Amino acid sequence: MTTSLVRIEDKLYQNRYLVDAGRPHIKVRQHQSPSSNLLALTLVCPANCYEVNEDGQVEITADGCMECGTCRVLCEESGDIDWSYPRGGFGVLFKFG
Amino acid sequence: MTVEKFDAIVVGAGMSGNAAAYTMASRGLKVLQLERGEYPGSKNVQGAILYANMLETIIPDFRDDAPLERHLVEQRFWVMDDTSHTGMHYRSDDFNEPAPNRYTIIRAQFDKWFSRKVRAAGAIVLCETTATELALDADGKVIGVHTDREGGIIHAEVVVLAEGVNGLLGTRAGFRKVPKPEAVALAVKEMHFLPEEVIAERFGLSGDQGCVIEAAGTISRGMAGLGFLYTNKESISLGIGCLVSDFAATMERPYALLEAFKGHPSIRPLLAGSEIKEYAAHLIPEGGFKAIPQLFGNGWVVVGDAAQLNNAVHREGSNLAMTSGRIAGEAIAMVKSRGRPMTSENLSLYKAMLDKSFVVKDLRKYKDMPALIHTNSRNFFMTYPQLLSQAAQNFVRVDGTPKIEKERATTAAFVKARSRWGLVSDAVRLALAWR
Ligand SMILES: Cc1cc2nc3c(=O)[nH]c(=O)nc-3n(C[C@H](O)[C@H](O)[C@H](O)COP(=O)(O)OP(=O)(O)OC[C@H]3O[C@@H](n4cnc5c(N)ncnc54)[C@H](O)[C@@H]3O)c2cc1C
Ligand code: SF4
Repeated sequence: MTTSLVRIEDKLYQNRYLVDAGRPHIKVRQHQSPSSNLLALTLVCPANCYEVNEDGQVEITADGCMECGTCRVLCEESGDIDWSYPRGGFGVLFKFG
Repeated sequence: MTVEKFDAIVVGAGMSGNAAAYTMASRGLKVLQLERGEYPGSKNVQGAILYANMLETIIPDFRDDAPLERHLVEQRFWVMDDTSHTGMHYRSDDFNEPAPNRYTIIRAQFDKWFSRKVRAAGAIVLCETTATELALDADGKVIGVHTDREGGIIHAEVVVLAEGVNGLLGTRAGFRKVPKPEAVALAVKEMHFLPEEVIAERFGLSGDQGCVIEAAGTISRGMAGLGFLYTNKESISLGIGCLVSDFAATMERPYALLEAFKGHPSIRPLLAGSEIKEYAAHLIPEGGFKAIPQLFGNGWVVVGDAAQLNNAVHREGSNLAMTSGRIAGEAIAMVKSRGRPMTSENLSLYKAMLDKSFVVKDLRKYKDMPALIHTNSRNFFMTYPQLLSQAAQNFVRVDGTPKIEKERATTAAFVKARSRWGLVSDAVRLALAWR
């Protein structure tokens, strides 16, 4: 678990981002316990943005988000998350893509 | 303040948006293109193989200055289990032709080039601008877009939604649904840099010749998925993608899958000593013909990945995107030249033209493939690859077992894993879906 967390940070470190501080483009709606898809995101998000907090709820830190849309496809319709693109110019910046 | 009005607004400066904007601007239409990235390409991810023919139709002399990496002379299809690969390789000197058919490209660089052509054709390209919503009049006709810049609605006769697989505008307006998890694959990809001569030596290439590998098997751990390795001039693009529904069901970590693929004994030596410079993730539409949404309406059309125009069987997407963008641009220019309004009825010309093209014909051919792959992923991506490599090993390993016994063991392994009925039914269903 820890090794893969460390590795993903190393991977994201190679990427360029312009973080829109204080204006996250994805938000997790308040919940008591997460749905199965929301919980799956803690493993399936390729940038590891989703984590379970001490109280068992899923939280997001979208700074390393690559804007792939996987979480949107899995969790927008159910209302688990609010998904938007970052403002123009912000977010991930692929040099190669 | 006078309200400026464009003939067309194109949302997105990827393959489809650039094709549409170029086509319309070069026919004299007043075109505004919006792109949320810092520059065109900064948000886009592809393998990437470029199919020359579809770009040639739009920009005949693209070879003069487009950033092309290598022209492909060799294609390898690999079926992998944990320790081996069984393969079919196709290499031909015929591909060393004056105007090669397929190239590897790097999307961020390619899109910048394409965008310069769009500007030169006369379109206005506004980057760092996210379109947030379509603007509709009281009758539900699209009249323009809202953006995250100040200044309210930007008006146009027609809006071309070239917003990619994950587009927001069309879904927010209710023109199409967000793709289902079984209709999109999540791909993760890395860029591995190596000296040009090392790549040439490892793959037996000279000059700007290139080689690509498409791989399936236990690398996707039973999920419906594919791996790829493409040679660029001084780098190797390596990635793996699987259906999002399968990721959610198995809870596999995408980058753990990528790490395992990199570490596979058949792949590792090809990457040895490389420097990784980027990690990227992107969705690929996989729903095929049955997932194509409504393609036009009052004041709008949708093109490329946003319309699920992607051929997952042949791993073609950018050419369908370019072609649908071009055809939409041509249809809009025709409606305009006849002095007609951009109503749903008039814009249906786009769909009529697209239906006649290879885009819809190819997708229709494979219309049953997504469902087959989705419901049988374990057989196709785990069981058969394992059986195939056992059979290959059985065939080549010389250990004193009589050949007749070896053959019987191979047959027995297939029957044991899938039963006779299962084997026949898999073959028939695959043949029907391929037909
Ligand atoms: C890993 C991978 C490998 C692939 N390999 C191949 C391959 O080898 N060959 C091939 O032909 N195809 C391949 N594809 C598919 C191919 O990349 C796509 O089909 C193609 O890029 C689709 O083009 P598009 O213009 O429809 O969308 P995109 O290229 O995604 O462009 C959409 C554009 O719209 C912009 N945008 C989106 N929303 C907004 C908004 N609201 N406001 C402003 N701008 C917006 C985005 O920033 C982006 O620039 C691959 C895809 C992936 C992910
Ligand atoms: S868009 Fe992709 S990278 Fe960003 S949080 Fe969602 S799953 Fe993770």
